[in-house]
Amino acid sequence: MIAIIDYGAGNIKSLQFALAKLKKDSVVTNDPQVIRDASSIILPGVGAFKDAMVAINEQNLAEVIKQEVAAGKPILGICLGMQLFYERSYEDGDWEGLGLLKGNASKIKESVKVPHMGWNTITKHQENPITRNLPDDFYVYFVHSYAVGSLEEDSLVGSTQYGGVVPAIVQQGNVTGMQFHPEKSGDIGIKLLQNYGEMIS
Amino acid sequence: MVINMLAKRIVPCLDVDKGRVVKGKKFQNIQDVADPVDLAKRYNEAGADELVFYDITASNEERDIFLDVVEKVAKEIAIPFTVGGGIRTVEDIHKVLRSGADKVSINSAAVANPQLIKDAALKFGSQCIVLSIDAKEVAPNKWNVFTNGGRNDTGIDAVEWAKRGEQLGAGELVINAMDSDGEKDGYNLALTKLIAETVNIPVVASGGAGNKEHFSSVLKEGADAALAASVFHYNEIKIPELKKYLQEEDIIVRRDN
Repeated sequence: MIAIIDYGAGNIKSLQFALAKLKKDSVVTNDPQVIRDASSIILPGVGAFKDAMVAINEQNLAEVIKQEVAAGKPILGICLGMQLFYERSYEDGDWEGLGLLKGNASKIKESVKVPHMGWNTITKHQENPITRNLPDDFYVYFVHSYAVGSLEEDSLVGSTQYGGVVPAIVQQGNVTGMQFHPEKSGDIGIKLLQNYGEMIS
Repeated sequence: MVINMLAKRIVPCLDVDKGRVVKGKKFQNIQDVADPVDLAKRYNEAGADELVFYDITASNEERDIFLDVVEKVAKEIAIPFTVGGGIRTVEDIHKVLRSGADKVSINSAAVANPQLIKDAALKFGSQCIVLSIDAKEVAPNKWNVFTNGGRNDTGIDAVEWAKRGEQLGAGELVINAMDSDGEKDGYNLALTKLIAETVNIPVVASGGAGNKEHFSSVLKEGADAALAASVFHYNEIKIPELKKYLQEEDIIVRRDN
């Protein structure tokens, strides 16, 4: 059972439908016990960094996420969910994240339109089970205004270009992040989720 | 040099009335076209980058039928889609997002209450708040914002409203040129260009698509996406052929599946 953490905002349904297509059981929850009992965790996310962290802290979810991840449970962060893994975000201020990964999120340079919205290509930085059987360049769907920087070089699996290098797939141990929306990236996105599922099972 | 491979988007738009897709010319003479879920699947397979659904009736009792359609679409397709029509409150937005929509398009309600854009952007994030502007030329190169399906001239300058929308927190603009809507004579290039150069958020051109060249022109003039309805519904333009053509025109489009 995959626990999809529900902290109140955005479209989670599409993710559930995508997992259902892959015959993966999932439950949308904010119950710490359900998260503890789950085989893996997905932290989805659209919305503002601060609001998400406030909601996560108010529902006492930060501790359980950190404990489960420290114990080795796989966790996948999508979009804002990935950014929450890092130490800080400078989205409208300076906010502390979950600190599962080293780095921080800051605004995309204004030399390009913000939000970064639409289909952009991923360039692989390393061979990884997540991108297995995918072409060298492939399109996925992005919607975000902030991007991760100062991350550990060897955690970068794939990136895109948008006003600079934008980390798109990151992985370190049992922590995986996707800045784009795999559940909205057509067949390629489903394939990425499938690869991820096989990797952690 | 900044390398930017962000693809220009092709966006079929589906007007939905009581659970059916309809096509109106200049918002009148509405004709029934198809089941929205079937059509959405067809467009997804054809390589559409995104879809837009407008609930054109949006009375309270019909709202639930529409939300049901939204959920069915989310279940069937794995590309992003926007929902509009009858969105008046933060709670309305919450409902469509929870039903599986990725973005919400706000039109007349934002003119009546600009704070709605701000509140919604703060709550759900700018990336899912689309400001849709119905614009009509009232003097040479001067466009006003119209509301209520184009019946009411608000007297507000469309370019100023676009700028204001960005400041309020909209993450994308749909510019619907009412003069060209349904005419198939091409998008309003002047208006689209003017707004695309004024704001720093994505701009979706709408109204007037009749042939492949029209898409190419408006995307070259600065639109990030081009929206159309009847040319797709009636199969006058096939999306794979359109994208092949746009690529030959040196426009970056997604063609991998």
